[in-house]
Amino acid sequence: MLTFVVRRLLTLPLILLAVTFLIVLVMQLIPPEQRAVAFTTNLQQLGRVQEIIKTNHLDGSVFEQYGLWLRQALSGNLGFSRTSGQPVVATLLSRFPATLELTLFTLVPLVWLGVWMGGQAAIHRNRLPDAVIRVIAVLGYSVPSFVLGVWLLVIFYGALNWLPGTGNLGNDSAILLMTGSVRHVTGLVTIDALLSGQLNIFWDGLKHLILPAFTLLVVGMPVLIKGTRASMIEALHSDYVRTARAKGITEQVVIHKHARRNALLPVATLISLSVSGLLQGAVLAETLYGYPGVGAWAAQAAAAGDLPGVLGFALMAATIVAVINLLTDLAYTLIDPRVRFG
Amino acid sequence: MSAVTSRLARQARPASRSVLARTFRRNVPARVGAVLIGLYLAVALLAPVLAPPQGNCRRALNLTETQTIPGPAAYLRELVAPPDACLQMPRQGFAAQPKPPAADTPLGSVGGYDIRYGLVWGTRTAFFLGLTIVALTVTLGGLIGLAAGFFGGLLDDLLMRLTDVTFAFPGLILVLVLVAALGPGLQNIIIALSLVSWAGLARLLRSEVLRLRELDYVAAAHSLGSPRVRIALRHVLPNALGPVLSIVVLEMGSLPIVAGALSFLGLGTPLGFADWGQLIALAQKWIQGPPGEPFAYWYVTLFPGLCIALYSLGWNLLGDALGEQLDPRNR
Repeated sequence: MLTFVVRRLLTLPLILLAVTFLIVLVMQLIPPEQRAVAFTTNLQQLGRVQEIIKTNHLDGSVFEQYGLWLRQALSGNLGFSRTSGQPVVATLLSRFPATLELTLFTLVPLVWLGVWMGGQAAIHRNRLPDAVIRVIAVLGYSVPSFVLGVWLLVIFYGALNWLPGTGNLGNDSAILLMTGSVRHVTGLVTIDALLSGQLNIFWDGLKHLILPAFTLLVVGMPVLIKGTRASMIEALHSDYVRTARAKGITEQVVIHKHARRNALLPVATLISLSVSGLLQGAVLAETLYGYPGVGAWAAQAAAAGDLPGVLGFALMAATIVAVINLLTDLAYTLIDPRVRFG
Repeated sequence: MSAVTSRLARQARPASRSVLARTFRRNVPARVGAVLIGLYLAVALLAPVLAPPQGNCRRALNLTETQTIPGPAAYLRELVAPPDACLQMPRQGFAAQPKPPAADTPLGSVGGYDIRYGLVWGTRTAFFLGLTIVALTVTLGGLIGLAAGFFGGLLDDLLMRLTDVTFAFPGLILVLVLVAALGPGLQNIIIALSLVSWAGLARLLRSEVLRLRELDYVAAAHSLGSPRVRIALRHVLPNALGPVLSIVVLEMGSLPIVAGALSFLGLGTPLGFADWGQLIALAQKWIQGPPGEPFAYWYVTLFPGLCIALYSLGWNLLGDALGEQLDPRNR
């Protein structure tokens, strides 16, 4: 067990090394002069492009550049983002809590609803609930997030004006936040507001989360529904379920105690996939709803050709995905006795 | 009696009908999907009629004063290798304000652009993007998967680690990096999306090839003295392509949508290019109507949105049905 955990933990830095090397490799697609611009922080420095190329070895070999990049990255320097007007690391740190908040607010209902619906579809296979749930899944697959988001905005913001259309806080709450009436504990606006007893700010933050979270939820759910449905159907057809039924155990107990527990094992992988899906979805949803997270910034950075910004975001996303995959693998050794540590 | 004979007749049919035929015979969603795709294909092929060339595009195609629909040669040229001006939505004016459906703009206009023109030629763009990227992806992923699975050893290790690294990025985020590096534009979107989506196909094909290369007929070809490359390309590859079919169909549906998302983010095609994502980006400014008329600009969001959603729905229905048919657990 311990050797497996240690060995699996050791692969994490290897993956990150490979990923970052790939990033530096991709950078070679653009000429050194253009890459040098990324090192400038103001217009005056544009005249010193050749100098910047020399000092940063931008015309050197890939390995030389990678070594240099790695040394800087390890000392916490990922470059300067033109789009945010700040160092990349500072931008990531200041914008990540908003994305984390959105992701958490989506992930919990996403997993709960997706697994529930997938299970119901499997139990009532080829009957009405199954048909309804499969229609929901197909629609979720088909309506892209940026279309769904625009429609939701037209209805709930444009026409009904029930929900705000942009940002993560209204003006009043933002001002209250700046005056320090909310203690900075987690960095997540809603949770900090709740901890400080500011119910108005909490409610305001929640209202701003509803539309983006719902958009991500609809788009992310089909994967969970289909996956859970398939694995539940397989479990319901297994020998141990037949044995349980033959012993005369009620269908309820068979489903909940025998089938579902085993069916949920592969769902752990789907949940880690969902996190990766949410990170991608955040780029679109945050842009659409003007939500101040890392995704919206990454989209701006990409459109402006702000390479350090995009690369910083990509590195962050790849790290999160690698860590989540690692945790999933480790979780399997705990929850599934059949997975031995080979 | 007749019911019995028809059932017997159905059972008597050979089991080895093509996957497509079997999929359509049982599956209503698959048929709906196929009809939808057929409609979109028709729109793409009839684009010069449904949205006749205007302005610079007319001049590029050398149309006469009275001619509205291009003649056979110009028609083919506009469809296969359209001049740049024909893929640009014609401007009806420079007023940003959307205009409701009228005689010359049956689906309304937004930002001065004719929505109908954008949707019709956007359909052509979608098929062009889908076919090009899928062709590149299948070639790249296919060769990598085949080489890794068939030759094994160090090559397999190297190629599969490359696949792992590609998979380490969430797809859209790697596309973002590539587009930021290459710059926006149709050609760069095609390159970026191809460089990202080959990995899944390579893995699938490799596992198929690993299974096939141990079969007797491969050993037979080997003992007859066929060179290894010939066995790989002539004997193994064609048989490994079956499971790829459902992925290809699903990608035909999803890749143009991802391209549309990139356009929506301002990373795709240049402003005014006839593609669906552009129209949604233009529509985004008009989600709120003037006071008292909340749905005044309904046509700006509804038509492009429906167009995208139904396209995606069609390919998804067909792709899912094919996937189910190809899954041995469902036989």
